[in-house]
Amino acid sequence: MSDDNIIEQFKKQIADAKQNSTTIRIRGGGTKDFYGVSLEGDLLETKSYSGISEYEPTELVITAKSGTPLKLIEKTLSENNQMLAFEPPHMGPEASFGGCIASGLSGPRRASQGAVRDLVLGVRMLNSEGIDLQFGGKVMKNVAGFDVSRLLAGSFGTLGLILECSVKVLPKPESERTIFMEMNQESALKKMNQMAGMSIPLSATCYDGTQLAARLSGSNIAVATALKKIGGESTDESSFWHSIKEHTHAFFNSEGCLYRLSMNPAAPMNAYPTALIEWNGSTRWIWNNGSLSEHQAFANKHGGHAVAFRGNQPGRNICELPKALHAMQVKVKDALDPHRVFGEKRLFSEF
Amino acid sequence: MGHSEKDLNEYPISSTDKKTLVKAFLSILSEESVKHETEDLTPFECDGLSAYPQIPMIAVLPENEEQVCHVMKICNDYKVPVVFRGAGTGLSGGAIPYDRGVLLVLTKLKSIVQIDPLGRSAVVQPGVRNAAISEATKPYQLYYAPDPSSQIACSIGGNVAENSGGVHCLKYGLTVNNILKVRFVTIEGEIVELGSEGLDTPGYDLLALITGSEGLLGVVTEVTVKLLPTPEKAQVIMASFDDVEKAGLAVADIIAAGIIPAGLEMMDKKAINAVEQFIGAGYPMGAEAMLLCESDGSSEEVESEIAKTSEVLTKAGATEITVSTDEAQRLKLWAGRKSAFPAVGRVLPDYFCMDGTIPRKTLPRVLKRIAEMEKEFQLQCANVFHAGDGNLHPLIMFDANEGDQLHRAELYGAAILELCVEVGGTITGEHGVGIEKINQMCVQFDNHEIQTFLDLKSAFDPDRRLNPGKAIPTLNRCAEFGHMHVHRGEERFPDIPRF
Repeated sequence: MSDDNIIEQFKKQIADAKQNSTTIRIRGGGTKDFYGVSLEGDLLETKSYSGISEYEPTELVITAKSGTPLKLIEKTLSENNQMLAFEPPHMGPEASFGGCIASGLSGPRRASQGAVRDLVLGVRMLNSEGIDLQFGGKVMKNVAGFDVSRLLAGSFGTLGLILECSVKVLPKPESERTIFMEMNQESALKKMNQMAGMSIPLSATCYDGTQLAARLSGSNIAVATALKKIGGESTDESSFWHSIKEHTHAFFNSEGCLYRLSMNPAAPMNAYPTALIEWNGSTRWIWNNGSLSEHQAFANKHGGHAVAFRGNQPGRNICELPKALHAMQVKVKDALDPHRVFGEKRLFSEF
Repeated sequence: MGHSEKDLNEYPISSTDKKTLVKAFLSILSEESVKHETEDLTPFECDGLSAYPQIPMIAVLPENEEQVCHVMKICNDYKVPVVFRGAGTGLSGGAIPYDRGVLLVLTKLKSIVQIDPLGRSAVVQPGVRNAAISEATKPYQLYYAPDPSSQIACSIGGNVAENSGGVHCLKYGLTVNNILKVRFVTIEGEIVELGSEGLDTPGYDLLALITGSEGLLGVVTEVTVKLLPTPEKAQVIMASFDDVEKAGLAVADIIAAGIIPAGLEMMDKKAINAVEQFIGAGYPMGAEAMLLCESDGSSEEVESEIAKTSEVLTKAGATEITVSTDEAQRLKLWAGRKSAFPAVGRVLPDYFCMDGTIPRKTLPRVLKRIAEMEKEFQLQCANVFHAGDGNLHPLIMFDANEGDQLHRAELYGAAILELCVEVGGTITGEHGVGIEKINQMCVQFDNHEIQTFLDLKSAFDPDRRLNPGKAIPTLNRCAEFGHMHVHRGEERFPDIPRF
C-alpha cells in the first residue's frame, strides 16, 4: 500500500472513532504496552507506515516515519558513526520510532545529552479531525509557534497520531570506558553528583545496590584524561549499560510494581536501601507493593514525582499530580483532542 | 508588521477605566510600583525592537510572587489585557505594550533564591540577569549554559518566554534544554509548578510548552535552572575565508569529522568590518567571511580538538587560522561577535535583525539570494550566523528618517524569512515571533496549524487577554496578509535552476 493510502486509512479510522464515540489506541511495536493505567480502545497500528524519509549526516538530523523499526534507525545512524543521543530503551525487538518518541523514554545517556523531548525537532501528525499538521521542523532551532513537537514526546499517543518525526542526532563517541566502584548507597549518591559536577565527559552513572558504574564517552584523549583524573580500572563494558537501558539487569527481574522516582539528584535515599539509582542521582527505581501516594509523598518532598512504571494494577493511577497541574493537563488534552479520540486511560484515569 | 485595526478588534477590550484599575493596584502595590502618567510610562514604550513604540495604559512593577498573583487576579477580574516584560531586550517586539492594557514588569523580582552546588541547579527569580547566574555560581565551578548575546542585560524570565539561544546552542542547547522547573502564574493568578527537580515529570511536558510561549499563556515567577560544570579550558579558532561559500562548506566538514564544537559562528565581510571598526576585536578586515570555532573540555581534549578542527579548516580552504593563546584573547574574539548588532547599528541609524534558521546545506543558496536582494531593495545587509545551528542573523541596515527605507527594510526582512521557510527552515530560531514576524507565521503554518496554536492558547487564556496581537496570528490576519502558505522544503518554483 502506498503511503498516501496508509494515511487515508489512518484518517478514516480516526473519523470513524470520532463518529462512533469510540477511542483509538495508537501502537507501533507494542513494546511499551506495560506502561499506563490500562490499555483501552481500538488499535491503530503504525507498523505499515515505515521508512527513513530524510537523513543527511552533516545536518545532524534524521526524519523517519512513525512505524520505522527503531533498530533500523539506530543501524542507519551507526553506519554513519552517529547515534540517537538519548539512548532510547527498546523494551523489545519490535520497538518503533514513533513509539520511542510518543513514550518519551530515554536511556543512560539522558542526564548528559538530554531526553527524547530535548532532541525532537519537529513532527508531522494527524489530529483528532484527521487533519495533517506539521510543527517544528528539520532545523536545529525553531521557536515559531508553540512547541507542539516536544509536547507530543511522552504523550503516549493521547494527543494525536505522529506520522513522522525529525530528531537531532550526534556523532558517536570515539571512546567509551566504564569504571565500577564498590560502595554503599550514600557514598554512591554523593560520588555520582560530584562526578556530574566535574569537567569530565561523564555520559552515564548507575548504582545497582553494590557498585557504582560510571561511563565516560568522548574523544580518546578526553576519556583517557578523565580516567586519570578520577582513577580506577576501566573496561569497555557495554552489556551492563544495555541491561540497565533495557531493564534486563537482575534488579529489574522481580515481582510487584516497579516505581520510578524522579527527584533532586542529591536527595537522600536511605528510606529505600535497595533502590537502583541512575542519571547522576535524579532517577531511582524501586520494587515495592506500597502505595503510590506514599512514594509520591517521598519524591515530592525532594522536588519530584513518583510513577508506577511497570506492574501497575490495571485501572489504578500511575501518578498523582497536584490538582491545578492535573487540571492544566486536561485543558491541553481538550485543546488538541476535544473529542477524546486518542488514548483512553493511558496517562491518567480519563485519558 | 504592527497591529492592524482588524486584528485589535478581535481582542475584547475591557470597559474598566484607568482610574479604577490604578486604585485597585494601589491597594496591593506601593505608589512607585504603579506607573500611570505618560512621562513615567514612556521608558516602557518598546523593547529591543524600537520601530513600533506603544504606551501602555498602566505599568505595574510587583516586588514578589504574591503581588504578581494579585496583579493577575485584578486584571482577570476586570478583564484587562496584560503584557509581560523582563529586561526589555527582546528583538521581536514580544514585550511591546498594549495601549489598552497593563504592562506587568518583572524586573523587581531579581533574587537568586538558592544555589544547589551538589545537585547542580539554581533557583532564580525571573528578573535575574542571564549572566548574573553564572557569576553567582562561579565559585562552585558551575555555570548556566545558554548565553544570548544580550546576556549582560537580558533576564531569565524573558529567556524562558522566548526560549533564548546563544552562541553555544549546538553543544549545550537552548533555554528549554537547560531549565528544570518553573513556578507559573496562570491568567487567574494561580500558581502551578511545571517540571521538577528531577529529569522526568509524568504527564504532558507543559514546561516545554510554556518555554518560548512569548507571554501568551502566563508568566513565570521562579525558574530552576540546570547548572553545568565549567569546562577546564576553552579555546577559539578564528578562520578567514576568501569566499563565503567555502566558509559554509567548512562548517559541514567540521560536523562530518565528528566534531561538535562548543560554538561555531560565521560572519560575512560587512559584519567583520563593522565589528572591527567598532571594537577592534582583531578580525580579518578584507576577508569575505570568517568562522569562530570554540572547543572546550580538559586541556588535553581541547588541544586535540583544536588540532583536528584546524586541519579540517585548512583543507576546506581557510586563508588564515588564528588560535586564541589565552583567555583574554578568547574573550576579545567573542566580544567582537557579541557586539555585532550594535556595531552594525553604528553604520546606519537603524537595523532589523532577522532570525531565520535553515538547513545548513542551503546556506550558499540563501546567502546568494540575500545578496541579490540587496539590489532589489536598495539596502545593505550584513550577515551574522550561528553556523553550527543553521541560525541566520541577517542585519538589514537602514535609516528610518530617509524616505521609504523603513518600508523597504520591512519588505526585505519579510522576503528573507519567506526564503528561509522555502528552503525548509523557519522564520525564527531564537528571537521569537513577537509582532515582528507575525505575518510570516501565516507563511510557515497553514490555517489548521495556526488553529491548533489558537486552541492551545485558549486552554490557558480563552479571551486572548495575555500579550494580545503577538506570536500567533489570528486567522483573519492571515487572510488579510494574503500570502500563500509555503509548504516547508518545497520550493515555489522547483523547476527554476537555482545556481
